Amino acid sequence: MSKKFNRTPLVNDLVVKFANVNGTGSASANNMFAKALFRMGLSVSPKNIFPSNIQGLPTWYEVRVNDKGYLGRRDGIDIMVSVNPQSMAKDIQEVVPGGYFVYDNTKPLDPRLMRDDIEFIGLPLTQICLDEYKDARQRQLFKNIIYVGALAALINIEFDVLTGLVADQFKGKEKLIAPNVHALELGFQYAKNNFNCPLHLTLERRESNGDKILIDGNAACGLGAVYGGATMAGWYPITPSTSVVEAFEKYCNRMRIDPGTGKKNFAIVQAEDELAAIGMVIGASWNGARAFTATSGPGVSLMSEFLGLAYFAEIPAVLIDVQRAGPSTGMPTRTQQSDVLACAYASHGDTKHVLVIPSTPKECFDMTAQSFDLAEQLQTPIIMLTDLDLGMNDNMSEPFEWDDERQYQRGKVLDADALENMTERFGRYLDVDGDGIPFRTYPGTHPTKGSFFTRGTSRDEYAVYTEDGSAYVDNMERLLKKFETAKQYVPAPEIINAEHGSSVGILHYGTSMHATLEAADLLADEGLAVDTCRIRAFPFAKEIEEFIEQHDTVFMVEQNRDAQMRSLLVNECEIDPKRLNKILGYDGMPLTAQFIVNKVKQKTAVTSNVKPLRRKTAGN
Amino acid sequence: MTYIRPEFRHPELPTNDLGYTKQNYEGSISTLCAGCGHDSISGAIVQAIFEMSIPPHNIAKMSGIGCSSKTPTYFLGNSHGFNSVHGRMPSVATGANMANRDLIYVGVSGDGDSASIGMGQFAHAVRRNLNMMYIVMNNGCYGLTKGQDSATADVGSKSKKGIPNPFEAIDLAAVALQLGATFVARSFSGDKKQLVPLIKAAIAHRGFAFIDVLSPCVTFNNNPGSTKGYEYVRDHLAATNTVDFVPMREEITACYPNQTSEEVTLHDGSVVHLCKMDDKLNVHSRQSALNMMQEYKDDGRILTGLLYMDPDSQELHENIDSAKKPLRGLTESDLCPGSKVLDNINESLR
Ligand SMILES: Cc1ncc(C[n+]2csc(CCOP(=O)(O)OP(=O)(O)O)c2C)c(N)n1
Ligand code: SF4
Ligand SMILES: [Mg+2]
Repeated sequence: MSKKFNRTPLVNDLVVKFANVNGTGSASANNMFAKALFRMGLSVSPKNIFPSNIQGLPTWYEVRVNDKGYLGRRDGIDIMVSVNPQSMAKDIQEVVPGGYFVYDNTKPLDPRLMRDDIEFIGLPLTQICLDEYKDARQRQLFKNIIYVGALAALINIEFDVLTGLVADQFKGKEKLIAPNVHALELGFQYAKNNFNCPLHLTLERRESNGDKILIDGNAACGLGAVYGGATMAGWYPITPSTSVVEAFEKYCNRMRIDPGTGKKNFAIVQAEDELAAIGMVIGASWNGARAFTATSGPGVSLMSEFLGLAYFAEIPAVLIDVQRAGPSTGMPTRTQQSDVLACAYASHGDTKHVLVIPSTPKECFDMTAQSFDLAEQLQTPIIMLTDLDLGMNDNMSEPFEWDDERQYQRGKVLDADALENMTERFGRYLDVDGDGIPFRTYPGTHPTKGSFFTRGTSRDEYAVYTEDGSAYVDNMERLLKKFETAKQYVPAPEIINAEHGSSVGILHYGTSMHATLEAADLLADEGLAVDTCRIRAFPFAKEIEEFIEQHDTVFMVEQNRDAQMRSLLVNECEIDPKRLNKILGYDGMPLTAQFIVNKVKQKTAVTSNVKPLRRKTAGN
Repeated sequence: MTYIRPEFRHPELPTNDLGYTKQNYEGSISTLCAGCGHDSISGAIVQAIFEMSIPPHNIAKMSGIGCSSKTPTYFLGNSHGFNSVHGRMPSVATGANMANRDLIYVGVSGDGDSASIGMGQFAHAVRRNLNMMYIVMNNGCYGLTKGQDSATADVGSKSKKGIPNPFEAIDLAAVALQLGATFVARSFSGDKKQLVPLIKAAIAHRGFAFIDVLSPCVTFNNNPGSTKGYEYVRDHLAATNTVDFVPMREEITACYPNQTSEEVTLHDGSVVHLCKMDDKLNVHSRQSALNMMQEYKDDGRILTGLLYMDPDSQELHENIDSAKKPLRGLTESDLCPGSKVLDNINESLR
């Protein structure tokens, strides 16, 4: 190792970034890299940073690894693996002083790009492939595998783990195993022979991953829809939500084919647009099936009119919104949490929708399955707010669980017998139980009883059209009561209190969780203990309001410009806006803990000089 | 306002095969303008379904927004109905149909609802061959918003406001034919004799059955300059055939001596019996239908009757190979793969 760098060896704490060209097969090599670290028991959080393009433009894959369980991003690239000359100048600039720039040195590097505070590691990738392979596509594909092999030598990735992954990947195509392992060896040997391996940044096996899994949130949603009993999906393709329905279809084709007839126990319709997609979901749910759609911001805008109909006519619907950076087409391949208000209040008139907000693939799975129960119990749309970061990146997660005793909660539905035995008149919008939720009937249940006319116009408790103001107001008030009832059904917030409690509280939700929890640790290390509260649903549970009340200084962390969740809290809980300090990161990249730490310190340094802070009101 | 219908039943009211009277198929009293063509179409729907002896709860009524889309309140009161949003009934009907393929879907829309705001959804429901009957109550104007020209208004036609429409009309029947509709007919609200059997045939058809029914708006578009008023339509109507719908194994009514007759057998064995007025139309050829419609149009006449049908059509469920039983009837045991399968999935993700 070169003398001029004054570096202390560091184990299990680095960020590697791969700079590739879109469409060159780098994804599977990069995934192999991340998965290998995962199998070594380390915490990995890979991030795809990709353009809105199919082939040719730069794309990056950033992997942070540590052994403390942190899954947020971290600034500073320790090792840049550059296979894309297009972005090289910028990529070199991103490496932290003392870091490494691994590149293809088949062609010499432009000396003007050199930095003397980082180390350049040249691998003749193109040359090795020219010598080894005849076919052009092979030359391109194996280049990717070769750099993974080289990294194995450079940072101590267990070679057995890599060969194990190759074997898994090519199960059924065994002929491909040997050439891939050979490519790994080529890279490994070259690095071993030419560099002082390992570098000062190395990896070591840990046993901290337990039974965790690695999967993207969209696939988890698709699987959750299968387990939750969805039989109908209407959808229109849009990044980053497309893979939700694709996963649903893939799992259905494996697990939902009727064994007797070979027919599909599901129907997926690719709609003409998002209006039609949500229309189909509403039609199917009205008719007694569990149905869902998945979309992103532009789709939510188009679905608004229908969401209002479903709210007012009280029809279940499940909508998974995988958020991306808006407004308009915005940055379609970057992440954000900026559809909160658009979803909470989607549609004209007084409307409010139930939101559920997962942070991990396990929660994507659980909350998708649960959404079908909620939609039918509450007879209203349930909107799940996930985002590109959770949806399209592999996320480490607790494993999925299912209780085989679990029954679907189909809500208040009168069947033929119930109607037959009914002596009073059926009132579709009659609040019989006082929870604001009326009984419904499916079409086709009974020849003479229980039919009603579903409409978006105002009607009385018996579904008869009326423009009577007081009947309208009664109905709107009942809808509010129902929304209140929803609080007891939706996922509860997750509150984590510092050991001795704190007067500083941080609210967060969705993918802001990873950076927030890490920031809480970093702040504690610096002597500032904080409590955190993760919002997992709207309407807001009482505990969220209490959390705000109990803390002198409260922060709201989110990934949008306008502090949308804060607005929703202020509006719905009648909180003094001054009580909620904003921490907003919305450049399209997942948040880092350091970003949050800096914001918290800026504020607390001004408002307080007592350390460590103590909570005003005690309680857990 | 609400109307309470007097509960009066004549002891000798005729019943159908199921023992239901026509009253069992009626809805609440119409609030449309007296003389509105749409009410006659509602009457024809009641008549057809009563005569076909379909249990009323086996029908789901679907509509968009407009005077026309309100009509499902005025027929089939024992059937569930869904008055959705403007122009979007086809998607709601698609979802409903996916959930339960055993119900019969009766869709009612307007020319504004289908030829403007809902043109996209209409086109795609046709293209998917969704199994439903789709009636457009076509009055050439937006009734509910007080008489603006619609996209089906003919060039030069004048609504009550007196300004001739400068734009080409969209002919939904022609559009449906071009988009691959498997059953296309045109009729007139004032011609119940033609309309009732057409509705029966449309309901029996497997796939998307489209009927464009000229249906004058007496309030905004029934003036002398309008080509969609009663007088004009009556004067320019030309039927290409009369239709008789014959349920399985029933005798066929005879044609008059100077007419040729043709029978089309449907998937369930029922028969559509055509008495042809114009031998040139071949109801099995889209091209023939399109040519004839154009020919009549050039001649200043409106061609009505069954224009095209494909008795072997494959509807959406068949095309996506979905289960034969209604999806909405499946339960946990059919739908949920269970914890063992999930454990294996977990294992594959490590
Ligand atoms: C999104 C939306 N835009 C506009 C309207 C107002 N609107 C109600 S009915 C209608 C036109 C209906 O025309 P048509 O479908 O021909 O029905 P008709 O009343 O003529 O039977 C319009 C524009 C609406 N309800 N929704
Ligand atoms: S306005 Fe026209 S379409 Fe509407 S009810 Fe009156 S006559 Fe019928
Ligand atoms: Mg109209």
